[in-house]
Amino acid sequence: MAPLARETDMHTLEEKKNKNRPYKPILEGIPDWPVYQLSKNRKEFIEEVALKSQTRIKELRPNTKQLFDDLQATAYREQNRIKRNPWRVDPKDDSRFWASVKNELVELSAQNQDDIQKPLDDLLGKIVLRYANEIAGDFKPNSYRVTREVIKFWFSRLLNGARVKKFGAFFRSQYTLRDKIQIVGKVKMLRKLAKKGTVVMVPTHFSNLDSILIGWVIHSLGLPAFIYGAGLNLFNIKIFAYFMNSLGAYKVDRRKKNLPYLETLKMYSNLAIQKGAHSLFFPGGTRSRSGKIEKQLKLGLLSTAIEAQRNLYMDNPEAPEVRKIFIVPVTLNYNFVLEAPDMIDDYLQVKGQDKYFPEQDKYGSFKLLAFMFKFFTKGSNISVSIGPALDVMGNYVDEEGHSIDNNGRHIHTRDYFISNGQISIDKQREDEYTRMLSQKIVSEYHRINRVFASHVAAFVAFEMWQRKFPKLDLFSLLRLPEEDLELDYAEFRATFKRVRKKIYELREEGKVYFATHLKGKADEVLKLGIENVGIFHLKRPLLLNKKGNIVTQDLTVLYYYHNRLVGYDLEQYI
Amino acid sequence: MTLSNISDKPIGVIGAGNFGSVIANILALNRKVILYARNEADVKKILETHQHRGYQLHSNIEPTHDLAYIASQCDVLFPMVPSAHFRSMMKQLSPYLHPYHILIHGTKGFDITLPEGKTIEDVETLTRQQVKTMSEVIREESVVVRVGCLAGPNLAKELAQRQPGATVVASHFNEVCQLGKKLLRNDRFQVYENNDIVGVEIAGVLKNIIAIASGALSGLGYGENAKGLLISRGAVEMVYLGRALGGDLKAFLGVAGIGDLVTTCNSPMSRNFTVGYRLAKGEKLTDILADMHEVAEGVNTVRIAKKCADHYKVRALITDRLYKVLFEGMTVQEALEFLMRYPLNVDIDFL
Repeated sequence: MAPLARETDMHTLEEKKNKNRPYKPILEGIPDWPVYQLSKNRKEFIEEVALKSQTRIKELRPNTKQLFDDLQATAYREQNRIKRNPWRVDPKDDSRFWASVKNELVELSAQNQDDIQKPLDDLLGKIVLRYANEIAGDFKPNSYRVTREVIKFWFSRLLNGARVKKFGAFFRSQYTLRDKIQIVGKVKMLRKLAKKGTVVMVPTHFSNLDSILIGWVIHSLGLPAFIYGAGLNLFNIKIFAYFMNSLGAYKVDRRKKNLPYLETLKMYSNLAIQKGAHSLFFPGGTRSRSGKIEKQLKLGLLSTAIEAQRNLYMDNPEAPEVRKIFIVPVTLNYNFVLEAPDMIDDYLQVKGQDKYFPEQDKYGSFKLLAFMFKFFTKGSNISVSIGPALDVMGNYVDEEGHSIDNNGRHIHTRDYFISNGQISIDKQREDEYTRMLSQKIVSEYHRINRVFASHVAAFVAFEMWQRKFPKLDLFSLLRLPEEDLELDYAEFRATFKRVRKKIYELREEGKVYFATHLKGKADEVLKLGIENVGIFHLKRPLLLNKKGNIVTQDLTVLYYYHNRLVGYDLEQYI
Repeated sequence: MTLSNISDKPIGVIGAGNFGSVIANILALNRKVILYARNEADVKKILETHQHRGYQLHSNIEPTHDLAYIASQCDVLFPMVPSAHFRSMMKQLSPYLHPYHILIHGTKGFDITLPEGKTIEDVETLTRQQVKTMSEVIREESVVVRVGCLAGPNLAKELAQRQPGATVVASHFNEVCQLGKKLLRNDRFQVYENNDIVGVEIAGVLKNIIAIASGALSGLGYGENAKGLLISRGAVEMVYLGRALGGDLKAFLGVAGIGDLVTTCNSPMSRNFTVGYRLAKGEKLTDILADMHEVAEGVNTVRIAKKCADHYKVRALITDRLYKVLFEGMTVQEALEFLMRYPLNVDIDFL
């Protein structure tokens, strides 16, 4: 298939097939890696995080009463969490620690307000230090190396063993993971910028596997290890915990919504970025339950990139060049998401309400390994699109790292933080900048998203069914017995072609990308799409029946896969 | 650098129309001001006489017609040019702007972008893809992000006479609101803040429609009952249209909404009011527009709002009738009869 790269302007992803070419590491030895530097001075770093968080929290809660109330609320919520939602990874002394905090607060409440500021400060210090320790990752070069080799070795064995049916193939290296997972987009730029500045990678989040996948991507692009914001729930699963720990992940505990925790977490990210550690987090906060590309991002961690950049400018007022922070949106494109059936159920249950999703990780180590095996033995590829890098204001940057405006003129990112001729701190201004950045990332996600045949097939089928029952709302539609649902193949094919044509047009306008397999004879592409959508689910979202018509075994899961293409206004072409 | 010498930097005003000149005068009460006029002759005249459009200009005001100069001298700029020229002005200004600039505009009108060779009448509908507020134009055409707008009952003549008045400075950035307040506020001029900039802009634009209608009622010789009816129903219509276009209800109830609406509907001096008045007297739109000095933004706004209302399926009866009067030869009397007979009688249903 011909590569699609036609335009050469910098906003375009180059869709070149990776010719299996390994990328050389951009920094030779692990000791040069910022993440290693960070872990070598781990203790000092944690103390710095704790100290600065404490200062920050005291700025936010300037009087004794406010601080007292906040700590009381924190202790109350933490004790509640321990009772209601304990996890395997929680520290053993959790309940003892929080009981002691509570007792101290009870004692202080009896005293005069004026006398308790000092003990309150100390208590706050203790809490944030504990949090900083909980959050901090522990990157160990040896364990990183081992993990890297283990992953490479076993992936390679699996692939070759499964694909080449000759004796001894198991130990060949004819296929590598790179054949399964395509990396497209601005790879060269990313590698270049990672040498010039600090990269903050922000991928979409659909599956728990994302964390490991993206770790492999970073390594195989020859980039030094990134620090990761990984959901603490992942550490409940032993195999993940092993991988994540050795990859330098720091832990984000979404159960903890209290001020001291959130500020400590943000400070950790902020300081690590300031120290030049390339960093990665999922700005959607949690996996997309609906299967839609994220529309709303969590602003907390995102704001730390902006704050870190501003601090770098502030600390170096005279320097002509300050280490720049680059935001790199990434989309992960799958035919199959292991957790889809459960996530879409969650989504439908709370649709319309913004509430916390309970983290149920029903998939233990064994199930994951079983999935991996299937993944490598059957079809179904994954692709990773690396978007063009942005500065912290969402402006595109060129390969030298200069921010550029719509007319190609250079912009000084520093100027955004200047007021009255001086760099200044303005929390509200930066909140607004964060919101702007998040909107830009969302629009980049949609733009660099890579459409698969399976996405289009799911989208078209579901929309056609919805069209056939115009009076039913979503929930009633999903309750229809699957036996009643059948789409005439010819009609389905015609609609598919219409939508595909529109996707070609969107591609021309630079609004989306598609996998090369989407071009080709409609029947073949459809076959590929139907075969691959949710390929490993027990109940298949799309099938052909004996008459050759389209049927489904699970409309709800089909809805999930259909959602991937929501947001492009394709509905009107059904 | 200390704060005091920074604040010595002059403030820029772009556009030396009525409103621009008056705002320049207000700013000049405690700052140096650079006033940009498009016309070189105007600059010369101001330099010589310190008079412009019948206003005495403050001695702190320095006129220029050099955009590069004004952008390099001022960190804070107040663009005050008609909406029809706004985008082209921004394109000229843009190369000299940096992200440290703050722009607070005072233009009440929409910008529309149409496909090559099309007019508003040719296109089927208009959406927010094509219809932009001035703050959106600033964002699209320049690197400036800290943008604000001025809106409210600001009749240039009254402000020039130092009569009491008020304005809203709207911006997503507190910094911009505070700055606007600091620069504009005096004992005769109250300044309010709002963070819904788009809502405030839209309110300021849509009220021009109702102002034309108010002039028309007046031209027919009707009194205060009719006007009260128009203003209250007009406000409801503004809320509906405004929401469809992305504004928040609150902006429409504030100084930039009701405040501005009542003022313009009662001011025979205003251009939009005059258009309606003369229409009701039987004059043709083309003749009326031919002998007006400055643009009556409302005429264009009616065309745009009508198409948007069609697209977003908003019931906008006054706008719709006014459109027919302006462009389809309906008489004001017929339009009024239609409205008075309309069967829907719910007072308020948006709260």
